Amino acid sequence: MHFSEAWLREIVNPSINTKQLVEQLTMAGLEVEGVEPAAADFSQIVVGEVVEIAPHPDADKLQVCKVSSGTEQLQIVCGARNVAVGMKVPLALIGAVLPGDFKIKKSKLRGVESFGMLCSDKELGMAESADGLMALPNDAPVGKDIREYLQLNDNIIEVDLTPNRADCLSLEGVAREVGLLNKIDCQFVQSAEVKIEIDQTLSVSVEAVDQCPVYLGRVISDLDASRQTPLWMQERLRRAGLRSLGPVVDVTNYVLLELGQPLHAFDAEKLSGGINVRMGRDDEKLLLLNDQEILLDKETLVIADESKPLALAGIMGGADSAVSSATTSIFLECAFFTPLAMMGKARKQGLHTDSSHRFERGVDPELQLRALERATGLILDIAGGKAGAIVQQVSMSNFAERKQIPLRKERINRLLGVAIEASEIEDIFQRLGMHVEVADDGWVITPPGFRFDIAIEADLIEELGRVYGYDRLPRRSLMMRSDLKSKPESLTELDRIRDLLVDRGYQEAITYSFVDEALQKKLVPGIDGLKLKNPLSSELSVMRTTLWAGLLRAAERNLNRQQARVQIFEAGLKFLPEEDGVIQERYIAGLLTGSVAEEQWGEKLRSADFYDIKSDVEAILNLSGSGEDFRFEEAKHPALHPGQSAQIVDKEGLIVGWVGLLHPVLEKELGFDKQLFLFELKESSVANYNIPAFKPLSKFPQVRRDIAVIVDEAVSYASLRDCVNNLKSSAIKDLIVFDVYRGEGVESGRKSVALSLILQDSSKTLVDADIDAIVSQALDALEKELDAKLRD
Amino acid sequence: MDKSLQEIVDQAVSQLDQVSDLKQVDEIRVQYLGKKGIFTQRMKTLGGLSAEERPAAGQAINDAKRSFQTQLELRKEHLLAAQLEERLASEKVDVTLPGNGKRSGGIHPVTKTMRRISHIFASVGFEVAEGPEIEDDYHNFEALNIPAHHPARAMHDTFYFDEHTLLRTHTSPVQIRAMENSKPPLKVIAPGRVYRCDSDLTHTPMFHQVEGFLVDTDASFADLKGLIYEFLTLFFEKEIQVRFRPSYFPFTEPSAEVDIECVMCDGKGCRVCSHTGWLEVLGCGMIHPEVFKSVGIDGEEFTGFAFGMGVERLAMLRYGINDLRLFFENDLNFLRQFN
Repeated sequence: MHFSEAWLREIVNPSINTKQLVEQLTMAGLEVEGVEPAAADFSQIVVGEVVEIAPHPDADKLQVCKVSSGTEQLQIVCGARNVAVGMKVPLALIGAVLPGDFKIKKSKLRGVESFGMLCSDKELGMAESADGLMALPNDAPVGKDIREYLQLNDNIIEVDLTPNRADCLSLEGVAREVGLLNKIDCQFVQSAEVKIEIDQTLSVSVEAVDQCPVYLGRVISDLDASRQTPLWMQERLRRAGLRSLGPVVDVTNYVLLELGQPLHAFDAEKLSGGINVRMGRDDEKLLLLNDQEILLDKETLVIADESKPLALAGIMGGADSAVSSATTSIFLECAFFTPLAMMGKARKQGLHTDSSHRFERGVDPELQLRALERATGLILDIAGGKAGAIVQQVSMSNFAERKQIPLRKERINRLLGVAIEASEIEDIFQRLGMHVEVADDGWVITPPGFRFDIAIEADLIEELGRVYGYDRLPRRSLMMRSDLKSKPESLTELDRIRDLLVDRGYQEAITYSFVDEALQKKLVPGIDGLKLKNPLSSELSVMRTTLWAGLLRAAERNLNRQQARVQIFEAGLKFLPEEDGVIQERYIAGLLTGSVAEEQWGEKLRSADFYDIKSDVEAILNLSGSGEDFRFEEAKHPALHPGQSAQIVDKEGLIVGWVGLLHPVLEKELGFDKQLFLFELKESSVANYNIPAFKPLSKFPQVRRDIAVIVDEAVSYASLRDCVNNLKSSAIKDLIVFDVYRGEGVESGRKSVALSLILQDSSKTLVDADIDAIVSQALDALEKELDAKLRD
Repeated sequence: MDKSLQEIVDQAVSQLDQVSDLKQVDEIRVQYLGKKGIFTQRMKTLGGLSAEERPAAGQAINDAKRSFQTQLELRKEHLLAAQLEERLASEKVDVTLPGNGKRSGGIHPVTKTMRRISHIFASVGFEVAEGPEIEDDYHNFEALNIPAHHPARAMHDTFYFDEHTLLRTHTSPVQIRAMENSKPPLKVIAPGRVYRCDSDLTHTPMFHQVEGFLVDTDASFADLKGLIYEFLTLFFEKEIQVRFRPSYFPFTEPSAEVDIECVMCDGKGCRVCSHTGWLEVLGCGMIHPEVFKSVGIDGEEFTGFAFGMGVERLAMLRYGINDLRLFFENDLNFLRQFN
């Protein structure tokens, strides 16, 4: 909410400067977002009167004016089209300084001398644009300084109110806060009852009593809506961010700002029959003031006459019954709609108005009569007219009566951590306009009607703390019971996995959890990702079912920015839709492309390949303390090269991840020109760390025997390894594969695999005969099961 | 010494002086001391001498031989030393050339910041909890005292899947889940991703928060103030001005927003702090009785407080990052700065 500081100070004027005032409001919970001067900096501009106009001898678009500055008549050349004899305008005298440090000097325009300048709103920094001179009221005193005349030595204060403080959505509300913080009284505007001059009334019936407990209205006839709103009111509206829209609308807006009570005026001649406040009917339509046509329903509260809906209650009026400059008779309504009835209603129609904003948050239900009288008085003053009697429908005992709330002294101490003097507590609540009664263990407090937000003890304690001052409340170090706590050793923490990958050269990325549906469809065609109902864009529209979508985009970005190699990982949730809900599980995914390491002088670098990324995955698996429990199985994945992809299977046989080369077709489709290797692994698969159990060391020497066997291409290393492991020979400690060879000496379709058996016995030194026996046992098994031939 | 023996020794020494490697030294050794060597030949001539002459002559040959051997060893040592010298010189490397192999990567600055935050709170016994990112309306709003149509909902810019399912807009639902599942006393910290459908210079549709809360029999606003103050001092590793400003959150009461003295300009006023000298870094307050009610904790027996902070914001202030969007572009030139 924006408002004029001068207006506020007219109601309450503590002897503190603007900076202190703003600080005070902020620290009381009314956060000041900004303070702007009401007009830009300028000087020596006075009210001038155009006395005479003559055409410029040499320029069609210019005119030569005689302008009175109060003390003398000046010749001024002017190009504005709206200049007219008798017009009062801001006149910048010789020596004046306009916003932007623009100095006014005596000048010649097309040969005619000019002694000053006539100004527009824009030139005074009071509007973004202007289409002519700023017309001042006819009674503006010629020669008076404009800053003084328009009270421009003012600030526009913007407060960002929290939703609970609806009571401060008005000048009076803010003034009340300022008054209580400075312990001074406010001078609220007194609105006298206006004289009833006409008999005319309009019948009002309220069908929707629950939604509209208070409805007041009156007819005002014989008014002149074409009159100008007085400048002071226009200025106050402008400083609150509102444009002038004619005297009737201006007055309703003014009272809304002043008291916080929205009002609406209908053109009485457009109404047929009495007013009915009711719920909308299906298929009813209403054209709003903003030219938006909306379809009503039974959930929507409307103001209607006998034949049609007229307005969206508390939100916006209809176009058909709107007041125009030709209007001579109005029906002025002032109601209280309950927050419950208003919540979400404007938003549902895509609307948000000053009126809906206030009703949703709660308007003082005791304010309507005063606001209606205040608005009537102002309308009569500005536009003339005669007021009819007020018709009212009130059915609201529930709202008028405020609940009594017990406040325990002990509870204050316990929540705020400080004992505040009883006298200070009582003083604060009294200043807050609350009724205070002393009780055995504290007080009973009754909040005023405008404090919708105060309903329970905690609300009172917050108010107390706020007004007492958060900065005065004590600060202390925790002195709570603290049990020793530790993560179980059997848990691999995510941070450990992150650090492992970092040490292996990976850079951590964080990508959005929602991705481009088209891209994801290419990577994981089998699963439909969960779609957002209101995505920001199609690139961020479905929840990821793979972390690769984000990593590929990140790789693309970096490759496009001259990075020769990319090695990144991400840890985050994947969202897999299920019949009844969604599985949200954390995965770790990585991407590697380019050379094995950064370019360096000492080693010739090769391109990274499947086994490079596989070793990173193995390293993660080994964090479980039992990496050997996982198997890499040849398997096809739609995103991966069919010959270079593996599923990772845990010891229960569940697939926990994938590793492989991005499918060449996708590589091309996604616009890459180099190979990208990817992995993805379920975090929970390595979360359990097997706590080590010590095995005694053997005292006997270890020996190594190398063998090379020739097998068919189709025979995997895993099957060779399994074959040897299946011998269950306790002397075989390890099996190392140290070469795989194809080519000369090995027939095509076969390969030579060089293995090293590491042998050691726990009870004796192995002699040649023992060793030979084990090796030949292994060779026999390999030959029998896998047709492996010993290579000579 | 026999003049001819002296000549032999002199000749050998001059020969030794001329050679430059050990192989040649060895050849000279053989030439003089080998089976057919000069000294060996000389020894054989002893047989032609009388028994009286023989000892002196033998002695003379042996002396000459020893003298030669000494010279030979000296020459050998000299050459070995020179050889080592030469080898060492030839093996010299440019120690300023970079080392071989892979360089390590680094964690994301958001992760780095969340770790720091978590570690600080862990030091007084806060435990880390996590929750789902696709949440239900109940945990994200209802249980936090934000009923349907509450104005606070409009401020949350929620991503929805259907009427009741959404992307969590804050980490506060973890608070609800933790309180549903455990009994007080509780000290929990919940870092994680949150989502709001808003995207511009200062908003990304996904960002990170750390939520923390404590429930015990006598947790007060004074404890909250102390904890937050100490946290901020530790996080920024300097004494900074901290102020608690009344605010409003449906799930805490009293509520506060916490401002720190701008770390960019030390509170003098700059672009980052909109010339106020203050930066809002955190929201907090005493847990609202309605929240306790919805998780079945007796709000009379227990009191508690909760706080929430934006990780990107803290990271930006800590490291001087000036553009929020950089966090999710994953440009290696950005990420590597935090290694």
